[in-house]
Amino acid sequence: MKKFRLNWRGLIAIITFFALWHFGVVYEVSGLSQLPGPTEVIIVWFNEFLFTADYWESWFISFERVLWGFVIAQILGIPLGLFLGASNLFRSIVYPVFEMMRPIPPLAWVPLSILFWPTNEASIIFITFIGAFFIITINVYEGVQSIKKEHIWLAQSLGASRYRIFYTIMLPAVIPAVAVGMSLGIAVTWNVVIAAEMIASDSGLGRLTWEGYVSSTPTVVIVGMISIGMAGYISTLLVDFLEKKMMPWKYRR
Amino acid sequence: MTHDEGDLFGVNVGKSFAQKNMAPKVVLDSCDFHFKPSLLNVVMGTSGCGKSTLANILAGYQTPDIGKVTIDGEQITKPGSDRLLLFQETALWPWMTIESNVIFGPVSKGLDRKEAKEDAHLLLTRFGLEDFKQKYPNQLSGGMMRRAELAQALINRPKVMILDEPFRGLDVMTRELMQEYYIKLFEETKLSTVFITAELDEALFLADKIFIMSDSPGRIINIIDVDLPRPRDISCMTTKKYAELEQLALDSLYAGQSELTKNNI
Repeated sequence: MKKFRLNWRGLIAIITFFALWHFGVVYEVSGLSQLPGPTEVIIVWFNEFLFTADYWESWFISFERVLWGFVIAQILGIPLGLFLGASNLFRSIVYPVFEMMRPIPPLAWVPLSILFWPTNEASIIFITFIGAFFIITINVYEGVQSIKKEHIWLAQSLGASRYRIFYTIMLPAVIPAVAVGMSLGIAVTWNVVIAAEMIASDSGLGRLTWEGYVSSTPTVVIVGMISIGMAGYISTLLVDFLEKKMMPWKYRR
Repeated sequence: MTHDEGDLFGVNVGKSFAQKNMAPKVVLDSCDFHFKPSLLNVVMGTSGCGKSTLANILAGYQTPDIGKVTIDGEQITKPGSDRLLLFQETALWPWMTIESNVIFGPVSKGLDRKEAKEDAHLLLTRFGLEDFKQKYPNQLSGGMMRRAELAQALINRPKVMILDEPFRGLDVMTRELMQEYYIKLFEETKLSTVFITAELDEALFLADKIFIMSDSPGRIINIIDVDLPRPRDISCMTTKKYAELEQLALDSLYAGQSELTKNNI
């Protein structure tokens, strides 16, 4: 374990940030006059949210959506990326369609998704899935393409069957690419789920933030934003942890 | 590691690669060679002269456009564990421990894991790596990785080892140690070897025969018998005989260069 050392500069910067926010609100600097100060936000967060079931349900629901979208994107994206990278025939047929769909932003799928899926829940998960799916697929595909040919050649020389080469060489060789896809994917799923909740849902952290806006309570908006930031950060930590488990050889010195 | 096996023979070998919007690049042209068994055959030429292509053809990773390459009389058509190639850059699989890397060949052929591990243990002990069995390749130094790769190859008892500039990326000290290491291994086992290098001192120190290769298109233009006595150590580089051979090799190399110049004019 790395020894923890306090980053003084960083700490001072954070304190300065909150101080600027606080005094900006107190002295009604233009643009900040409508906003609550940091103390007010913390008090409201503490009194009205932190110990209520509704608040934690919003967390839970958003996390659940991110998880479903993310996991389904992995389950479909990883094999698709592998096939795209491994088979010329498959690539020549599927890749053009894939490349046609990829530039469409996930949120552009919202209306169609609502029309297509029977429940709101399914459509939000679908949009979240779209956000991660293309990123994961393209990363795995490029991972397959960049496998060192020497790694395959050596296994062939040593008498490994095609099946063995696939499982012991090709699959582990793309794990780093899968990891990159996961890191990028989890960030996008949070982006997407929050926006989708604001547009098409009556629950989740995105909705909580939006309701703060609709009911003209900026304090709630900021509580929502902070909660989303924390949720995203926790997800990133979890993905980092997973990556270290997936690639023990990268983290041992 | 038996004697008289691993006889590599090539006649009129030619290979060219397609290039975008240009005439194909001819890498090997009418390349003839005979790498006799139980000898340390060194192929020497400037970088980019087609040495690696030759190595890949011998290993069966690439097939020549024309000509024929055989091992012990049989045509080489695909990769096989009778001739193993040590690549310029490490090809150890980074996600496997050193032990798993080494036993990959035997296990692929259906040998019991436990037996394979015993074999691996003997080899790794011999190469001074027994304490690193459970390490991953990136935890090893450059020289150790090369030794691990030798173990990974030798456990399969190849008839011939092909080494493609194996010590190129190493620092001077490690490189000299590895050269002495390989020469010792060779002198003990007489394992048929094709050693590819661009360094003259490495070639002279190791070789029984040096095959001088011309610049693109590559072909063998001269063969020098290095009759320095074995076992050799680094002191052989100060002898008069060594200096004579060095001059001879340099002359051949320059002759190969001028052939290129002539071709281009």
